[in-house]
Amino acid sequence: MPSNVSLLRVNLMLLGRTANGLYWMNRYIERAENMARLVDAGLRMALTRTEDASGEWHSVVVSAGSDAAFANRNTEYSAATVTDFLLRDTSNPSSVMSSIETARNNARMVRTALTRETWESINEAWMALKRMLAAPIDDRELPAVLDRIKRETALIRGAFYGTMLRNEIFDFSQLGTYVERADNTARILDVKYYVLLPSISWVGSTMDNYQWESILRSVSAHRSYRWNYEATYRPANIADYLILNGRMPRSLAFCYRFINEHLELLAGDYGQRHACHETAHKTRSLLKAGSIKDIFDSGLHEFLVDFIRDNTRLGDEIAGDYSFC
Amino acid sequence: MMPMGRTRLAAFDEMLPDASSGPRKPYTAYERWLREQDPARLTEKMEDAERVFRKTGITFAVYGEQEASERLIPFDIVPRIISGREWRRLTQGIEQRVQALNAFLDDIYHRQEILRAGRIPKELIARNAAFLPEMIGVRPPAGVYTHIIGVDIVRTGEDEFYVLEDNARTPSGVSYMLENRETMMQLFPELFQKIRVCPVENYPQLLRQSLAGVAPSGAGGEPTIAVLTPGSYNSAYFEHAFLADQMGVQLVEGQDLRVVNGHIAMRTTEGYKQIDVLYRRVDDAFLDPLTFQPDSVLGVAGIMDIYRAGNITIANAPGTGIADDKAIYSYMPEIVEFYTGRKAILGNVPTWRCSEPDSLKYVLEHIAELVIKEVHGSGGYGMLVGPAAVKAEREAFAAKLAANPGNYIAQPTLALSTCPVLTEKGLAPRHVDLRPYVLVSDRIRIVPGGLTRVALKEGSLVVNSSQGGGTKDTWVLDD
Repeated sequence: MPSNVSLLRVNLMLLGRTANGLYWMNRYIERAENMARLVDAGLRMALTRTEDASGEWHSVVVSAGSDAAFANRNTEYSAATVTDFLLRDTSNPSSVMSSIETARNNARMVRTALTRETWESINEAWMALKRMLAAPIDDRELPAVLDRIKRETALIRGAFYGTMLRNEIFDFSQLGTYVERADNTARILDVKYYVLLPSISWVGSTMDNYQWESILRSVSAHRSYRWNYEATYRPANIADYLILNGRMPRSLAFCYRFINEHLELLAGDYGQRHACHETAHKTRSLLKAGSIKDIFDSGLHEFLVDFIRDNTRLGDEIAGDYSFC
Repeated sequence: MMPMGRTRLAAFDEMLPDASSGPRKPYTAYERWLREQDPARLTEKMEDAERVFRKTGITFAVYGEQEASERLIPFDIVPRIISGREWRRLTQGIEQRVQALNAFLDDIYHRQEILRAGRIPKELIARNAAFLPEMIGVRPPAGVYTHIIGVDIVRTGEDEFYVLEDNARTPSGVSYMLENRETMMQLFPELFQKIRVCPVENYPQLLRQSLAGVAPSGAGGEPTIAVLTPGSYNSAYFEHAFLADQMGVQLVEGQDLRVVNGHIAMRTTEGYKQIDVLYRRVDDAFLDPLTFQPDSVLGVAGIMDIYRAGNITIANAPGTGIADDKAIYSYMPEIVEFYTGRKAILGNVPTWRCSEPDSLKYVLEHIAELVIKEVHGSGGYGMLVGPAAVKAEREAFAAKLAANPGNYIAQPTLALSTCPVLTEKGLAPRHVDLRPYVLVSDRIRIVPGGLTRVALKEGSLVVNSSQGGGTKDTWVLDD
């Protein structure tokens, strides 16, 4: 056995532009997936409550953060118009097609930072979705299409987790994923916050039940809710689950646990802390120490508005602190 | 009426030169294997190959076509095979030529002995857009001007090889050489067990060593190398990313770079870091907005000053275009002899310089037999293949030629050798050329292989991918 083995370690630098590309590539992959989930929840709601399908589709568009853009191009909120806008419309920068296209353009730009498997999974997702979303989607095909979108993004995630080195490339990618996810979950909650308010919740009508389930469904949590809380839906539990539960992978607390973890890894690698570390740490502490009662007492809507604002600021700070451009 | 670019010439076929005897020696083992294959299986393999290329994203952009912004270069699964003996002769000729090119560049930007000796007309240099006055008196690190060269070679017979072009600026296509081999090994592993083919996959390592070998003297033991690309919308972006990735170096754009403390530095997540060697895939004109095109966003403001100060290596050096200009090309036999003291091992294709009145007269009279090219053209654009053009096309071209003769050269229409390709109707001969890749630093390195381009249209002589050309894996036999 050789005793004086010396390891020659190459410290590959990361371009700011590459970090930026990785961050946005993952934001857009996450966005595509969340968009499919949102449409899925909308579809279920519309099927259940046929008397106000249009209202349900409207709130889906608002949750997607695209109401103004939608209103510019459409006059009615229906399954056909909303689905088309959120899945296929390339003039909507957040549609699934636009998101996958942007994700792939970013992936192409940072190709040298990705494993072959990761790049190919993104490229193949783009090829498959481009083909599938080329023509308007028939109602009967919609569930299969949504399923395929989720499957493609799952394949990308699988290739990514399975093959990427855990270095700063991984950290910047994960930051993109979790900043986007936190933003999406917070928006979904904010659109429906009023159905969670205590004054209404005491009524607990069937209609409310559907609304609550819809919120959970749009983050794929309608089944796992029951593994964590009592079987009946309670607004406070739902809010707790999506905001504070550290084991729920789409909750704000979960997202900030990993945002902090990856920012700390970067600080360790680079030996330097920045403004983004402060911001992330503050939000994380708030979520860790907070109780849902306090949040309700000081106003759920206000809490969510502040959260979305701080989360956006964090994204800007990360970009500035790590020379994204 | 034959469409542009098509002729029927009796050409030398590299596998089966005549129907009566069997295949040529380099092809015997392959041909035997091929005869045993089920045609349906081969067709399937061809489809597999296309899927691999599409999935990997080995695509290129075609300028001027909005619809197909990303296309595949067609790949043919029949390899082009060169014997070890043929290859050794080729490499001797190529090495000699590459030495002469670098000596010529050094001379042209310094004492200009070759002009004083009257071997090349002075005005050919002085009035040439590819000549960069900014390079006068500049000696690049290690004295190398053109580091990466793709020499285009055509064959017309058993022992007849000619250099068609010296690509001494930024030759592209090497990623196809590597991916074609990779694909062939995936599709037909059994072939590589049967036939000993020289490997090409160490090209990226050789390129890295080669670039490290020409780093500025102040760079230290481990120079930082980067590939400069115009960006992901460039037609050759895949290759830029591929090479950076395979070498394990950064892929940078102009926007990532700036001058910091007398060096070129790239913006990283930890601030600016110095670069020592830049393998640039950006044309001279865009390299430095302060020196060349002021509106360029693809280059780095001030890089020429850093270069002249000897603090960065640019590969290939700015101004190397003067050596592969088509008008200079016609003087290559003289250039080789002038700097190496020996006759050129690899011949030139006879070339008429239309700037010379006698030549112009000849070319206009024989336009139906000749290939006429623009001096600064490339990619198969702006050329006329006389025998394949209709009368109206020839007349239109003759008018352009007469108006600006200095802009053109003419060559005989060579019967480029053919190699079989797999078509829907079975094997059929198609014209090919060959681009081996040469690396120059402290020494000359040539990987045994290259890019074989093939004109896929029956009878066509234009092999450029932008004009419907495809590629083949190129085997140099270890025999």
